[in-house]
Amino acid sequence: MAQIQTNANYQPKDSKLKWIGFGLIPIILLICIVTLIALFGTGIKNESVAPIEILNVEKITITDAGFEVKIFNSGPEQIEIAQVLVDDSFWNASFDPASSLDRFENATVYIPYPWVEGDPHEIKFITTNGLLFTGEVEVATKTPVLTTNVFLQYALIGFYVGIVPVSLGMLWYPFMRRFSTRGIHAVLAFTVGLLFFLVIDTVEEGFEIAAEVPGVFQGSGLVWFGLVLSFLFLIAVDQANQRKTNPHIDSGKRVSYKLATGIGLHNLGEGLAIGAAFAVGEAALGTFLVIGFTLHNITEGVGIAAPLLRERPTFKTFVSLVAVAGTPAILGTWIGGFIFNPTLSALFFGIGAGAILQVIFVICKMIWKESQSNKYPLVSWLNFSGLTLGILLMYVTAFLVKF
Amino acid sequence: MDNHMGMQHGYDPGTEVTKGLKMARKILTEFDYGKVSKRSDGKTLREFEIVSYETEIEIARGVKFPGWTFNGTIPGPTLRCTEGDIISVKFTNGASHPHSIHFHGIHPTNMDGLDPIMPGQSFTYEFEAKPHGMQVYHCHVFPLARHIHKGLYGNLIIDPKKPRAKAKEFNMVMNGFDLDLDGENEVYAVNGYAFAYQQEPIKVKVGELVRIYLSNFTEFDLINSFHLHANYFHYYATGSDPEARPQYTDTIMQCQGERGILEITFPAPGRYMFHAHQSEFAELGWMGFFLAE
Repeated sequence: MAQIQTNANYQPKDSKLKWIGFGLIPIILLICIVTLIALFGTGIKNESVAPIEILNVEKITITDAGFEVKIFNSGPEQIEIAQVLVDDSFWNASFDPASSLDRFENATVYIPYPWVEGDPHEIKFITTNGLLFTGEVEVATKTPVLTTNVFLQYALIGFYVGIVPVSLGMLWYPFMRRFSTRGIHAVLAFTVGLLFFLVIDTVEEGFEIAAEVPGVFQGSGLVWFGLVLSFLFLIAVDQANQRKTNPHIDSGKRVSYKLATGIGLHNLGEGLAIGAAFAVGEAALGTFLVIGFTLHNITEGVGIAAPLLRERPTFKTFVSLVAVAGTPAILGTWIGGFIFNPTLSALFFGIGAGAILQVIFVICKMIWKESQSNKYPLVSWLNFSGLTLGILLMYVTAFLVKF
Repeated sequence: MDNHMGMQHGYDPGTEVTKGLKMARKILTEFDYGKVSKRSDGKTLREFEIVSYETEIEIARGVKFPGWTFNGTIPGPTLRCTEGDIISVKFTNGASHPHSIHFHGIHPTNMDGLDPIMPGQSFTYEFEAKPHGMQVYHCHVFPLARHIHKGLYGNLIIDPKKPRAKAKEFNMVMNGFDLDLDGENEVYAVNGYAFAYQQEPIKVKVGELVRIYLSNFTEFDLINSFHLHANYFHYYATGSDPEARPQYTDTIMQCQGERGILEITFPAPGRYMFHAHQSEFAELGWMGFFLAE
């Protein structure tokens, strides 16, 4: 079927105006059809039986005066809130700006409620159509207010989770340097193993947060889009660079930086989780997460150092690698603690997963090319063991942070 | 010490006279004695007309409920007659589901309301009213829980031939509303509107006998209760047994379909709270005041 081919010699004789006209016809027809549907409906009964109302409880801030609840109308219609119930009890509430919310409108509800430290509370909103929307406080405690002190404390937490373990992990560098090529491959396979765990973990965390995203923003979709686009974007950047520079293989330093970036994005996600835990008053969980993530993340340092084993990196390189991989944890803790937003978080987790996936791709390519030139088997028992050990180590240390 | 413990809190139902409040006010004091005539056999005939509708009811300030109603209110009209009267209730189904009326009391089984009356159809229930006391009526079409919870119920008062002592009389039906159809009520009320008599206390006179015809139509909960503050009352369960010694108490409970007569005298001026003693029901709307003057 070679019929379809562009004829380079074909020259339209018509005027340019007519050419533009051909482009416009489908658009004009489309507008006509959409207008017709909008005016006369689809022919299917238009009225929905039950009112479509979607109200999202975005954030519950706990103050001395009670609850401050941020709500968001993500449904197609206007919503009027008639009553507020706290713990199965009608309660007074005031609304800023109003108890009626247009589509995509926000409001803050102030509820003067004598909450009990450490207790769970449930806040229900009843709309005029009798629909219920619920917000939960899992453990009531005063929401931390943004002060310099808290800001610094959060930074310290981020430091423990991000910078400390990555640095510690890198201290294995001199030890690993004495490995043979096969040994280095095994270490790289080990890195792939732990990265593989991280991709799965990041995607799962992303979906967990996506569940809290207002339906209209398609939380789980954001995770996928973030993943695919960041993966392809980084590959595109890579290919563009490779054409300009060394056409053969990636330098170890570049792979390490990519690794650090991907892991950095993952650590941003961890920071978000920890910050959010502290923000909703789960300090015990927060502390546990800090210890868990610190131990868990040591392997990240090993991973980042692995591609450098055949080079002579300077101390500065190590420091900047630690910074790239570790500091996002601090940033994440701040974001999670002060301005947690599930929609953006879902997207971040997706982007993080895509970045890590791209690193896996790069490292695998590296091992594959070197194995080819050295005539080594790609999936040797050593490499397989490295990969397995990577996954296993992450899996086991993750017990510290999963519940 | 947390300083939020001393804050003003709770729920203020406001002063707005809403549609729902008007309905609750009406049901509290309106008794339907029917169209009265004498039959050739000397018996009194009372003719009532009841139509079922699908009616949107306001069950708490601003909250609409897609109810099924007898004559447009939840609960339906309070029918009232004297023992021995022949009551004739012409029921017309103006709704889109089959409905019926099942009357409690002693009557022929073919008047029991078990046969569904189809939409647009009518049926006349006719029987002699007995025994005297507090009866109730409700739709008896399956699924029962749905048909009753939606609002198809009301009180039927059969006065004894020898009238009860003169009193200021009120009609109260305890009910609840499940908004999200999870088998649990989100709103509790008396006469269909949350906090109706907290917003507008029921005015009574000091020393005057107050009689309340109380029934329970709360679906999904095993029991409901009535508790009076700062006072006691006499409670006549069903009110049918002339030999029965009344309970002298400040709290009684009723299962679904149970009913009784309360007689109260308020000793001094003031506000007397009354509510379900299930705190949850109280704070979800079943709470009110008598204002004795």
